[in-house]
Amino acid sequence: MQKQAIFQSRLLPFALVAPQLAIVLIFFYWPALQAVIQSFLLQDAFGLSTSFVWFDNYVELFGEPAYFEAIVRTFFFSFAIAVSSLSLALLLAVMADRPMRGGTLYRTLLIWPYAVAPPVVGVLWIFMLHPSLGVLSRYLRDMGVDWNPLLNGNQAATLVILAAAWKQVSYNFLFFLAGLQAIPRSVMEAAAIDGARPMRRFWTVTFPLLSPTIFFLLVINIVYAFFDTFGIIDTMTRGGPGTSTVTLVYKVYTEGLLGGNLGSSAAQSVILMVLVIVLTAIQFRFVERKVTY
Amino acid sequence: MANVTLRNVRKTYPGGFEAIKGVDVDVGDGQFCVLVGPSGCGKSTLLRMVAGLETISGGEIDIGGRVVNQVEPAERDIAMVFQNYALYPHMSVYNNMAYGLRNRGMAEAEIKTRVEEAARVLELAPMLERKPRQLSGGQRQRVAMGRAIVRQPKVFLFDEPLSNLDAKLRIAMRVEIRKLQRRLNTTSIYVTHDQLEAMTLADILVVMNGGQVEQIGNPLAIYEKPATTFVASFIGAPPMNLMSTRPDEVKTQLGSNGRAAEAGILGIRPEDFVITDQTPAGGVALALTVEAIERVGAETFVYGSRQQDEQQVAATPGELPPGEVIVRIPGAEAPAIGQKIRVAAVREKLHLFSADGRKRIEA
Repeated sequence: MQKQAIFQSRLLPFALVAPQLAIVLIFFYWPALQAVIQSFLLQDAFGLSTSFVWFDNYVELFGEPAYFEAIVRTFFFSFAIAVSSLSLALLLAVMADRPMRGGTLYRTLLIWPYAVAPPVVGVLWIFMLHPSLGVLSRYLRDMGVDWNPLLNGNQAATLVILAAAWKQVSYNFLFFLAGLQAIPRSVMEAAAIDGARPMRRFWTVTFPLLSPTIFFLLVINIVYAFFDTFGIIDTMTRGGPGTSTVTLVYKVYTEGLLGGNLGSSAAQSVILMVLVIVLTAIQFRFVERKVTY
Repeated sequence: MANVTLRNVRKTYPGGFEAIKGVDVDVGDGQFCVLVGPSGCGKSTLLRMVAGLETISGGEIDIGGRVVNQVEPAERDIAMVFQNYALYPHMSVYNNMAYGLRNRGMAEAEIKTRVEEAARVLELAPMLERKPRQLSGGQRQRVAMGRAIVRQPKVFLFDEPLSNLDAKLRIAMRVEIRKLQRRLNTTSIYVTHDQLEAMTLADILVVMNGGQVEQIGNPLAIYEKPATTFVASFIGAPPMNLMSTRPDEVKTQLGSNGRAAEAGILGIRPEDFVITDQTPAGGVALALTVEAIERVGAETFVYGSRQQDEQQVAATPGELPPGEVIVRIPGAEAPAIGQKIRVAAVREKLHLFSADGRKRIEA
């Protein structure tokens, strides 16, 4: 069997790949390169002179307690978002996997939130939980909770995690459902005959068999929580109150675009870039090996 | 140790489809019962009902003197071997076998003894630590068997366990299963669509078609006296030749037999034909033109077409067409293609059925 496509002209394949390559080079590699260069430069306050400062931007960054806090906060957010949205999605998927009346409708409805853009998610949740406008805030206050995410940093963080996790549930649900449906029915039946009750069947058979899916989603969710929460944070809290919801990505934005400290902002971007590369590498390594079970 | 008794068992799906239309089977203690039939005849559904994986719409299933209609699969004291083995892919061979015992809270020492004993019997001892994906098809099959036997259940259920194996392994495993069952003396119900497997394994053979039992009995008895034309053509390979008794050629010959009046269909097994110019008394002789020859070494199958008299009336609707006749002759000697031959079968080897094929007519 001939696996290679045959082209009349030797240039045609290159011409066909060129648009894709151009987009990647211009919109991904060029800015990335710019960021790396920028991270070694220092501009004066008026943008009149630029000097090459080697690693000064990085050194300064790591000497800054706020940056360290942002790292810890980002990791905490990622962890909280990933764990809460994964567990909720898994619960929903297990429920939806059973044969039931209206199952298709239920599944379709659960997938919808994924189509909502992150800033819209932010607005949506703010409407529900805004201290003076929110519907849910009233109930919370009636229950005696002093709910004010605009002033209370922990509550603001909770709100961001909640909204970000909610949005990701659909995506995770979809993968979990597919994963569950890939488990042969006879394996579950064998477990039932082998005397495993439903909960035990879940933890000893279903969960281990889903582990490749869980691992894949864990990486995807962490990457999501790192980067795609920007829209949610920007519409909901703008990083506040204080810096209680400033993540690494949001810090790049505030310091670079709002604060005008391009050198430091670029250095932060480069660090983020390295993080993504590491995460992706881990994922490829494991996904290729299909996580042995 | 248990009897399995099915009393007028029915299965109707929510859509109204009747998969099982009232089945009565009695499997004695330690017997090996084989359910055989074509795809979609309901044999797997019936087995899954015994296992508790399908609900029972009507009738009763009784295992060891207890009606189990409402009993959970785990509580029925059965073990099942699935067609795709259904091994737990993330567990080692040892854990696959131990899982059912652990779920029942058995002590680890006892589990170890049982699993090792099963592994020894099934020649799995060197691969106890392997995962199922590191095993060959035959080995996986044996693990599935091991998982069933360590439980020491009252009943083994087999759902086409050999159909994913290649032909050679299938024969070997078939013998293994039979030997194992004899030794353990555990009541077994085995589902297959392969009539050879059914014939060789069964103490009691249940031939099913369209959700109903066509015939129950000892395999050889069924082979010798099929109750319906369905059983006649399903059991035995190549299948029994079935032909209408209407054509004059057959009718005249059967006339002297004394029972042709009732019969509408005549059946003759391929091996019961002899190539001869004589017509045995009370028997049937046919003139054939050889169309094809299959030589398989020890025997040869001759495919011939019946010669039609020109004045003979064409088959009326509902009548079997005067089709192909298969003749089995020992050895590799065979007539040439195109040659005209005469074959005959003696009276004792004729099977007569009513015109609708639902009733056997005895002499």
